[in-house]
Amino acid sequence: MNLYQSSIPIGRESFGQLVRAEWTKLRSVRGWKIAMLLAFALTVALAITVVSGRSQGSINGVVARPHVAAGPGGEPVTDTFFFVQQPLTGNGTITARVTSLVAPSLGTTVCTKSPGRLHCTAARDAGGPAGFLAPWAKAGLIVKASDTEGSAYAAVMVTPAHGVRMQWNYVNDVAGDPGAVSAKSPRWLRLTRSGDTITGYDSTGGHNWSEIDTVRLGGLAATVDVGLFVTSPQLVTVIRNGGLGGTVGGAVGSVPSFAQATMDFVNLDHTGAARAWHGVQVGGNGLSEYPSVGGGYYLSPAGTFTIAGSGDVAPAAIGGPGGTGQPIDVTLVGGFLGLLVLIMLGTVFITDEYRRGLIRTTLAASPRRGRVLAAKAVVVGAVSFVVGAFAATVCVIVGGSLLRSQGNLVYTVSALSEVRMIVGVGAVLAVGAVMALALGTVLRHGAGVIVGLLALFVLPEFLSVGQVLPAAAGEWLLRLTPAAGFAVEQSLQAFPQVSTFYWPQYGYYPLPEWGGFLVLCAYAVAALALASYLLGRRDV
Amino acid sequence: MTEVLRAEWTKLRTLPTAAWLLLAAVVVTVGLSAAVTGARNATYTGTSLDATKLSLIGVDLGQAVVALFAVLMVSGEYGCGLISVTVAASPRRHLILIAKALIAAVLSLAAGAIAVLGSLLIGGYLLTGNGLTVAHGYEITSLANATNLRAAGGTVLYLALIALFSLGVATIVREAVPAIGVVLGLLYVFPLLGAVVSDPVWSRHLQQIGPMTAGIAIEATRNLNGLPISPWAGLGVLAAWALGALVLGGLLFRYRDV
Repeated sequence: MNLYQSSIPIGRESFGQLVRAEWTKLRSVRGWKIAMLLAFALTVALAITVVSGRSQGSINGVVARPHVAAGPGGEPVTDTFFFVQQPLTGNGTITARVTSLVAPSLGTTVCTKSPGRLHCTAARDAGGPAGFLAPWAKAGLIVKASDTEGSAYAAVMVTPAHGVRMQWNYVNDVAGDPGAVSAKSPRWLRLTRSGDTITGYDSTGGHNWSEIDTVRLGGLAATVDVGLFVTSPQLVTVIRNGGLGGTVGGAVGSVPSFAQATMDFVNLDHTGAARAWHGVQVGGNGLSEYPSVGGGYYLSPAGTFTIAGSGDVAPAAIGGPGGTGQPIDVTLVGGFLGLLVLIMLGTVFITDEYRRGLIRTTLAASPRRGRVLAAKAVVVGAVSFVVGAFAATVCVIVGGSLLRSQGNLVYTVSALSEVRMIVGVGAVLAVGAVMALALGTVLRHGAGVIVGLLALFVLPEFLSVGQVLPAAAGEWLLRLTPAAGFAVEQSLQAFPQVSTFYWPQYGYYPLPEWGGFLVLCAYAVAALALASYLLGRRDV
Repeated sequence: MTEVLRAEWTKLRTLPTAAWLLLAAVVVTVGLSAAVTGARNATYTGTSLDATKLSLIGVDLGQAVVALFAVLMVSGEYGCGLISVTVAASPRRHLILIAKALIAAVLSLAAGAIAVLGSLLIGGYLLTGNGLTVAHGYEITSLANATNLRAAGGTVLYLALIALFSLGVATIVREAVPAIGVVLGLLYVFPLLGAVVSDPVWSRHLQQIGPMTAGIAIEATRNLNGLPISPWAGLGVLAAWALGALVLGGLLFRYRDV
């Protein structure tokens, strides 16, 4: 039996009364009210500072809106490739054999032969590193609603590093035969159209076909474009490694690349009259990442196509230098300062009681100490959630419109994701404040808690974002530390078929949104359990 | 003055907090440096690696503990009411602040020197062990060359200036939690901004005025033209922050009740 613990039998106190008592304490201290306002104001102010400095779209003060096509679902897409095509009305099957996919080396020329005209350009003009073949260069067959950018398509293709793939409508990607293509090991590809259903096949010898996938392209017109395509995405590379402090984050840049493929045994099997093939450059206008003249083709008398292209047929909502727009979650970066202030509030909410001796009164009034801690957690958590969610709403709305007004393309996210991000900021701030409360109860002195929590929340971000650690080690830090919780703020989706740096500073976290948040919650629960145990066991 | 100094020193050495915090600052600095340099390997790092700067990475966290030490030198007295006794005993208040600043500076210089030397030794050892040797085109963290010596010595000064800055902020704010919050917020918000502000001019200016981003330029030994601010000028910016905080704190301390 504890000497200082009240010997009066426990009355019928309700948890609601406890919460009310704690709320009264919180709202009646002037400094704490200021802290709540400050958490809101600093979050918004930092967001506006950051957003004002992100004017990707303006060059020398002139707003130049980046040109990004919209896919079938309205999502931003890249649709730039060289297309050797003819119209197809009704059903049909196209087959071809790909015998090579290479990067034209410096000095070689790429020739464009349109009917009656042969045009050659040096591959060097494409700007890519000579002889370097992009891992996701693509060459194969495509069925496309039209040759306007962003229209629906289904394609089957060979790639240098990812085998045969079937892709459709920009975001979908299914693997076929693995392995690269060469003259000794060619690949046969086939696309069959039946209504709005497209089936992709591959084969190594042209006899035994294996189906990759069957997909439906909704609303496909009777006449579509069908043919051969080649494209090669920009290469995103580290130009310079940075360090922490002076130069956070290494400089990463992108350069266009070029690919050239050889295809033969091209056969279009359909009921209509036979037509001639002709080359079309799809997209590539207004996108600085790709040369405006993307490529061309040459048809040998023996019926072998040599096609060169640059660009990509893929989603464009990519963070960092690989993308042309801004993810909306850059507006939420101010949550860092909000978190710092609310961590301070959560800490002093208990340590000031120890410092002033109020804790004796509190525990005498309510001897069930675990419930006192729970009531404090509810109050400080709820207040932090409201402040955080409110601040995040303002940041997303004001920051988003500021970004747009500066000429940035802001990747649209679904309303549900936007709500998740806003709720997520509130939740991270609430859990952070509750963790601070718990650690404040454990240590009973405030200042150390601030340093410790800041180290747990901020250091992992610094080490991985600043590329101080190798990417793998940095990612593990963001999986295992409370900083994992920031994953709930991410708005971008990583696409395996687009190779770029999926790094936290570009809006990608190693854990899924709520998974990361659960890691943070696990820390908070552990801290609360320890605090509750010590509070019950100690004198005061 | 000597009496005030002795009084401050007695207060500090008779409480275990300060000694533990200084020890923690050394351990945290060297520990983080060891963890980061141990995780680096030649396949990840280009030859442009600044081995000295990387070996001093622990300072990024160690400075928070040094800041805590300095904040508690002032806020600890406000927390338990000892400050009333202190100002009653030596009514010339500016002397109290000067004495605290001197002691904070000397102790953080000492702890900083140990932390920096330890970090450089262990960083050099681990990086060499990971194959980042001179033979492969990397620089080692030898103090024989003037640039490395500037980086090492400057980083010790950096930690002392962080202590003085924190002492000044704590004198302004008085209470421990808000004081350390303000210090850490001001230190870490600028590198964060530098990372997320993509406009190069904005980003550069922000890093030039931030106490940490400017001051930490002293750690760099390579690619000096790429720094937002030159090493000594950067340390000067941090010194200006420290001086500003101390002067404002001193004035408030002088004209406030307690």
